[in-house]
Amino acid sequence: MVRVLMFGWEFPPYNSGGLGTACEGLTRGLSHSNVDVVFVLPKKVDLDVDYIKVIFGDCESNHYVVNSLLEAYSTLNSYEGRLFFNDEKGRKIYGRNLLEEVERYAEIAREIAKKENFDIIHAHDWLTAKAAMAAKAVSGKHFILHIHATEFDRSFEGGINKEIYKIEKKGMEAADLVLAVSNYTRKKIIKHYGIPSEKVRVVHNAIDFENYALEKMHELKKNNKIVLFLGRLTLQKGPDYFVRAAKRVLEHYPDVVFVVAGSGDMESQIIRLAAELGISHKFIFAGFLRGEDKRAAYQMADLYVMPSVSEPFGLTPLESLMHGTPVLISKQSGVSEVLSNCLKADFWDVDDIANKIVAVLRYNALKRSLQENGIKEVSRMSWDEPARRCVDIYDELLRGEK
Amino acid sequence: MVSVCFYFQVHQPFRIRKYSIFDIGRTKDYFSDNSETDLNNKRIIEKVSQKCYLPANAVLLDALKNNPKFKVSFSFSGVVLEQFEKFAPQVLESFRKLVDTGRVEVLSETYHHSLAYLFSKGEFREQVKLHEEKIKDVFGVKPKVFRNTELIYQDSLAREVEALGYKGVLSEGPDFLLGWRSPNFVYRAPKTNGLKILLKNYRLSDDIAFRFSEKSWKEWPLDAAKFASWISAVNGCGQVVNLFMDYETFGEHQWEDTGIFEFLKHLPSEILKHPDNDFKTPSEAIESYEDVGEFSSPNFISWADVERDLSAWLGNDMQKAAIQRIYSLGHNVKKTNNPELIEKWRKLQTSDHFYYMCTKWFSDGDVHKYFNPYESPYEAFISYMNVLHDLELEVKEKLSHAPEISHF
Repeated sequence: MVRVLMFGWEFPPYNSGGLGTACEGLTRGLSHSNVDVVFVLPKKVDLDVDYIKVIFGDCESNHYVVNSLLEAYSTLNSYEGRLFFNDEKGRKIYGRNLLEEVERYAEIAREIAKKENFDIIHAHDWLTAKAAMAAKAVSGKHFILHIHATEFDRSFEGGINKEIYKIEKKGMEAADLVLAVSNYTRKKIIKHYGIPSEKVRVVHNAIDFENYALEKMHELKKNNKIVLFLGRLTLQKGPDYFVRAAKRVLEHYPDVVFVVAGSGDMESQIIRLAAELGISHKFIFAGFLRGEDKRAAYQMADLYVMPSVSEPFGLTPLESLMHGTPVLISKQSGVSEVLSNCLKADFWDVDDIANKIVAVLRYNALKRSLQENGIKEVSRMSWDEPARRCVDIYDELLRGEK
Repeated sequence: MVSVCFYFQVHQPFRIRKYSIFDIGRTKDYFSDNSETDLNNKRIIEKVSQKCYLPANAVLLDALKNNPKFKVSFSFSGVVLEQFEKFAPQVLESFRKLVDTGRVEVLSETYHHSLAYLFSKGEFREQVKLHEEKIKDVFGVKPKVFRNTELIYQDSLAREVEALGYKGVLSEGPDFLLGWRSPNFVYRAPKTNGLKILLKNYRLSDDIAFRFSEKSWKEWPLDAAKFASWISAVNGCGQVVNLFMDYETFGEHQWEDTGIFEFLKHLPSEILKHPDNDFKTPSEAIESYEDVGEFSSPNFISWADVERDLSAWLGNDMQKAAIQRIYSLGHNVKKTNNPELIEKWRKLQTSDHFYYMCTKWFSDGDVHKYFNPYESPYEAFISYMNVLHDLELEVKEKLSHAPEISHF
């Protein structure tokens, strides 16, 4: 059995970005392939995972107490002023100097590598690169550096941070193999860091739904209400308003879980926003759903929310009602022109969205009325009516020809 | 001889502002909304006063002066009188002038235009008493005839009203109870000492209240002479035609440009042109005519919708949940002995709050027919329940601070 010493920065629910989510998925997948993972995190968080062994860098038992705050997507500049990484009690902690933290982590890694048994070192992104190099130095084991984002992704026109670039490059050079999350990233690694192409492999990210998110939803459903977002994670669909409303809801109604089903270019931003607001533990990111999984998600939800910023029509609320789940839709959607038995709010009115979500969760009579009248209303709808209108229009045109 | 008996209902609820979960525990004033929406009570009172109350009162006052035999009756909810005092004292003054003619009767109802009779007889009696005091205070008269909120009626109500000392009661006159009988007679309530009932002639009433401006109606346009001829035609087959309607019919439901004020202006003289017609107030009608038999309504009826039942206020789960919650609070609210809290609780009993939660027509997609200051029945329910949540917290707080009464 292969034993991997893995260096990470964060792990759900205490993650600020997709890195933590990817690590969770990857380690779970590895456990299914009979790989033993020893997962190292710089700081103690309250994790409930049984398929990997987790070591915390600041734990007494390790004797390497480092009050480290490591944040996956930070660049040096933004790190100083940022305070959004929360510990398990929701406290916000300031970090000191990020490079200093990276060095501390490397020191811990060296000690851990001396004590632990493993065959391979697997590290994620530049923040763990030094730790992995230190572990390699004491153990002589193979070292894989997994790149989820490069400094070129994090910094835009403003220019990259040279210190971080240096650490990334060193890490990639020191690694026996570099993993990239996409061909797009692989090309960047080869081009900007001068890493030989044969040393860079692509391992795409994935998402487990059937045996993961659905299962988790079922389990959470016992003690929680479920509020569902289902749609592409793009600006147009307003997922950020969903997350901000969730924050307000939780202030008044704690026993609720928010399920985000969908993928898109805002995915990491949304995951990160939830972390920033300290509510990651109340979110399930289920990825893109289809078929039976989508049905199940609708059915489990107590309310479906579509906070679209702009929506030419929006069929999902009708789908949701067909499954007996009431809906809250944005007034900026075409469907709000035809649907009466639902709740409506302006997409930007986060408080109004929250108010309505809480009302549905709190008042069964409201939920029932929305369900019953909503089903009645959508069941009266059918494509026959728009088809008839088309036929009328055909007739009108054909009569005109005569 | 045919007597026309007019009863106009004057009522405006204290509408609840848009009240979210974030207002709970913070916003104590439930009824003041300063927005440009129809939730702004002051704005509504001012608007309806200009469109209806002031011009309609002027027309009636003239008609009373010009036709010594012309008579009408009004029922004012206590909550509308309160709002006149607050927002439009000149309207109250113009109503006083009408009452002072001596030919305008004022009826009795629950102060809060509530459904209390259905849920708490004790509360019902208190509200009837509060109303009596208010009417005495504002108009200096004591009502003799009772009409329940939205003409909600059942046999037991007649007994209750008789016990309270009234000599008559108003009710809807629906076909399914009348059968072959006519609403144009005075009836008596079963198992009473002869309490008399006046039944609404819903056809003739609704000709004015609903159909007046309906261009697809075969009688459109309706003028006073034509309507008077229908009244005259009752001679020989009826004694009293009870025309019961919302006063807001004049200028608010039927706008001025429909000709409704012209109609109202000429109606008294047109009706009186026929020597066998006259006008009577409800108590005069009850005194003048013997009852022709019993009118029994074992179930609750009302003047609302085609159903003429309670479904406009109690037809769905939201309405039932809301009304059960408000009345279940009653015991504790009264225990606080805090007049302000008790008054707030009572204002929340006004029937309109539950009417706004009605989903009967909403699912037909025709929201325009449906008068609702909220965007949907669901929004009405949310604000209402959030307000109750706040009230409940306040009641709990007051009770926890109240000194314990010891029983030595």
